[in-house]
This record gives sequence, structure tokens and C-alpha cells, in this order.
Amino acid sequence: MAMLEVKDIHTYYGNIHALKGVSLEVNQGEIVTLIGANGAGKTTTLRTISGLLKPRQGSISLNGEDLHKYPAHELVYKGIAMVPEGRGVFSKMSVQENLEMGAYHRNDKAAILSDMDYIFGLFPRLKERRRQVSGTLSGGEQQMLATGRALMSRPTLLLMDEPSMGLAPILVEGIFDTIEAINKEGTTVLLVEQNALMALSIAHRGYVLQTGQMVLTDNAEKLKKNEMVQKAYLGID
Amino acid sequence: MFKKTLARLSWVDIFLRVLQLVAAIVIVYGLVTTFTTARYSSEQWATLAFAGLAQGSIYALIALGYTLVYGILLMINFAHGEIYMAGAFSTVFLAMYFDRNGFLASNPLVAIIVLILFSAAISSGIAILLERIAYRPLRNAPRLIPLITAIGASFLLQYTFRGLFGSQFRSYPEVSILRGTWTILGFNVPIVQPVVFLAAVSLMITLYWYVERTKAGRAMRAVSEDKAVARLMGVDIDKVIVSTFALGGALAGAAGVFNGLFRPQGVFFLMGFFPGIKAFTAAVLGGIGNIPGAMFGGLLLGLIESLGPNAVLEGLGIPAANQLKDAIAFTVLVLILIFRPQGIFGERLAEKKA
Ligand SMILES: Nc1ncnc2c1ncn2[C@@H]1O[C@H](COP(=O)(O)OP(=O)(O)OP(=O)(O)O)[C@@H](O)[C@H]1O
Ligand SMILES: [Mg+2]
Repeated sequence: MAMLEVKDIHTYYGNIHALKGVSLEVNQGEIVTLIGANGAGKTTTLRTISGLLKPRQGSISLNGEDLHKYPAHELVYKGIAMVPEGRGVFSKMSVQENLEMGAYHRNDKAAILSDMDYIFGLFPRLKERRRQVSGTLSGGEQQMLATGRALMSRPTLLLMDEPSMGLAPILVEGIFDTIEAINKEGTTVLLVEQNALMALSIAHRGYVLQTGQMVLTDNAEKLKKNEMVQKAYLGID
Repeated sequence: MFKKTLARLSWVDIFLRVLQLVAAIVIVYGLVTTFTTARYSSEQWATLAFAGLAQGSIYALIALGYTLVYGILLMINFAHGEIYMAGAFSTVFLAMYFDRNGFLASNPLVAIIVLILFSAAISSGIAILLERIAYRPLRNAPRLIPLITAIGASFLLQYTFRGLFGSQFRSYPEVSILRGTWTILGFNVPIVQPVVFLAAVSLMITLYWYVERTKAGRAMRAVSEDKAVARLMGVDIDKVIVSTFALGGALAGAAGVFNGLFRPQGVFFLMGFFPGIKAFTAAVLGGIGNIPGAMFGGLLLGLIESLGPNAVLEGLGIPAANQLKDAIAFTVLVLILIFRPQGIFGERLAEKKA
């Protein structure tokens, strides 16, 4: 049984049928990437998994448990955390307060403090700026903060929506290294990316989404060599 | 060059500039005439200022309710004046009872604290009910709709209280320890004014501490910034919204008792209207959604209202200027809405999500 099983979900925005039967699986310990063009429904898929949107049809289960009955704010207790598209840092709060928000559902104060030290080890830049108002951080720093904040909840499944968006190539590499490191320490990752080449280079498997439907899935190596993926997402003719 | 600049200005801009200039000239002219003719002694100004601060601290407490709810829901809870009335009106009966059985005289401090808690509980309860019944079902409706509902809720509350207790005026009993005066900075000040002021300010400091330093306050700020992300962190936003209404209601209820101590008369079912609108003015003045702004705006409005008639209006030769207090508050509201809609501390409204 896969850790996360998404079966044939249909999600709507009012009358707009954004996901038309999406299925995917993520196994414990994997990095799985979801690639697709703008508007394909990647963000919608993550928002549906995280409970912010409810599918009209289909099911989502985590470790065999159906998630449908849980409101979004209870899923963090199940081990799901998300780094939202555009980072979603609380811009009026300090870096430290943002990290504390990540640990909102926890009450183990000592462990929260040591986790914060771990995050500061991972992102020393954040430590220097722990009292700074987050809205004044650079894009790269905000991405670090959003990632650190998600990790503060000690997720077993981390959903990441375009962590490389708007970042210089050198920073993108840093972020992807971090994702690999997080994964090696035991966190399962579902990664949405436009930067398909980078995503496929760290992922174990991948899915390709096209206008609300899953059109392809394979292991990362094979996807990289797939002709259609090369044409549409890797810019190779 | 000059022509180009001129061309970019619209007629509305020019009109507003002129209006601004006229307003400034009128105010300065009034002030200058008043102070060059030395109409009042510094003793009299101080009396007005202390009363203004006490009144302003009451406005500030009510204003916080508007600002807290706006900060979280981007909605003006126009029934907030009635939430204040509900506490103040219900509590007048308990106060009269404490007066009759001698509790207020024998144990004034305890009695007043009980009154404050009682009033806070009533106002808070009503605020929670309003949120639950009237506003929550409309949370995703266009913004005008909850506004209309709030006005409806106002009438409902007013006439419910009228139905329950009739339309006659009631008064808070006099508290003997609050009679008399203190000497502050060499001026004689009625004790009740600094007491109300200090009590209100300590409530405001407590609120500020709660919002800025506690986990629940942090969750509140998170919801006000981004509801979806707050939910991802495990924040139950319905609970946060209810507690925001409860908190705003409690402060309004406390303000109701402070008002009863400061100005015992005039307790009746429409008593929430003016304080409500003035506190709203104070919240807008400080920058709606901004907590220190509401506090500062309340105090400032109290002072303007108290000093304004004598300092500005009389200088302009307006007779019986003291009766124009309420007009001053509304003039302030109109002026800020025209010239600085974001208020003193506020960010521009346009850049808020909404
Ligand atoms: N709030 C919304 N209301 C209505 N339609 C929406 C909304 N959000 C997304 N959509 C529509 O749903 C579809 C999928 O959008 P989604 O944001 O999931 O795409 P995406 O794959 O994440 O794209 P991108 O790479 O640009 O982030 C699009 O057609 C989009 O227009
Ligand atoms: Mg997206």
C-alpha cells in the first residue's frame, strides 16, 4: 500500500472543472514530482490533497486512512505539510514567528526549540534574520522560510508547490539539494515543478499532468528520456 | 512643464486640494482666534483634556472591536455599537442591585470588577451569537451583504432590548469612592477620569500583549494575513474568528461599564449608536485593522471632541459650541475618509487582499 493514494479525484472551482480524474501514488520515502504546463492543475492537486479544496468525486488516503472527513486544519496532525505556491510566508511576522507558526499544532516546547535549531542549521541565513519581518526577506530567503516552516510541523509527507519559482539558478540548486537532504532524513516529498529537468533529477518517479488529467507516469530516468516530456517540458526537440 | 502637471490633475483632485486647504485654514483660524483672545485658563483646558482622555479611552476600547474584526474578516461589524449597548444596558440592572444591597458601597472595587466581567460576558456572548448566526453563513458572500446584515442585526438588538426593558432612561449608581478629585500635574481632576483612563489603558495593553506575544494571538495574526496558509499550519480559523468577536465584544462590554462610571446617565436601548459610530471613526482615524491605531485613534478622537468646540469652533464665533461635539466626530470621519482613508497608521486599503 502506498503512503498517499489519490484516486480519480475531480475538483471544481465553481463551474470550472479543474481536475478531471487525477490519480497518483506516493510511497514512503520517495520524492515524486508532478510536472505540467501552466494551468494544468498542479496547484489544484496539492490544494486538494492538503484539504483546502474538497474533491467532488474520488478519494484521497494517507496510510490507508481516508482523508475526506478531515478539515484542512486537522491534516497537519496526520503528518501532511505544504509549502504553498508563492511561499505564503506571513509577511508581517518575524522569521521566528513564522517558524513557530509551523509548529502551531505541537505542544512539545523543548523539541520545538531543537527543531528550530535544526532549521537554522539547514538555513543559516534565517538564523541571522530571525527577528526580521518576513516581508522584507529576499525571494530565496522566503523560500527557505516557507520550507523551514513546513518542516517545523515534522511532516511525514511534504507537499511543495514550485519551490524554484522566481529564484536564480544557483539558489534553485540549493533548494533542490535541501529537498534531497530532507528526503534522506525520512520525509516523503511530493514536488510540483515547472523546472522539470531539475525535478526529475532528484525525484524517484514522476507524473505528467495535462489540463486536469494525468497523461503519463514513470520513473524519473525514463521520463527524462520520454520524447513527449522532452518536447513539452524539457525544451528538447 | 507646469501645464503638463496641471493636465494630469483631475478636477476631483483640485477640488479635494482646495477643500483640504479650506479645512486647514478654518481650523488654524479658529485656533488662532481662540488662543490670541485667551478665552480660557489653563485650568479649564486641563479639565477638558482629562475628560477627553477618559472619553477617548472608552472610544478606544470599542474601536478595538471594529479593528479586530476588520483585521480578520475585512468586514465592518456595524452592530458593534449595539454589542456595547447590550453589555452596558444589561449591567445597569446589576449595578442598581449592587447599589441597593450595599455591595457597591461596602466593597466597591470587587463590585466594579464583577460589573465589568458581567458586562464583558454579555457583550461577548452577543458578539459570538452574531458571528455564528448572522455573519458566518455569509462569509463567502459579496462584501455588501454582511454589511446590510450588520445593520439589520443592529435594529434587532436595539428593539430586543427595548422590548425587554422598555424605552426609559436608566442611570448607573454613583460610586462614592470615585467621587472627589485628585490633583494631577497641579490640576484638580475628578477621580473617575484617571481611573477609567488607566483601567482602559491596562486592558488595551493586555490585548496588545495577547495579540503580539501569545500563541493564540499569533494564530489570530496568521488568520488575518492568510487564511489558507493558517489552516495548513493547523489553525482552526472558525475558532479564531469566534474568539476575535468574543474579544472585541468583551472590550466593548468593559467600555460599557467604564462609560457608566464616567457618565452614569443615558442608559437606554439606543445608547450604542453614537459611541458605535464614534469608535468606528476612531478606528478609521487610526487605520482600520491596526490595533495600536484604534487605541491611538480613540484617545485622539476623545481629545479632539473635548477640546475642539472650545479651541476651534468658539474661535470661529460659533455659539454654543459645546453642543456640537457629535458634529466634530463626524466631521473628523468625513475628513479622514476624504484625505487619508488609510488612517494614521494604516496601509492603503487597496493593497489588502480582500
Ligand atoms: N481560484 C480559482 N478560481 C477559478 N479557477 C481557478 C482557480 N484557481 C485555479 N483555477 C483554474 O484551474 C486550473 C488549474 O489551475 P492550477 O493553479 O491548479 O494550475 P497549475 O498547474 O498550478 O498552474 P501554474 O503552473 O501556472 O501554477 C486553471 O485553468 C486555472 O485557471
Ligand atoms: Mg500552480
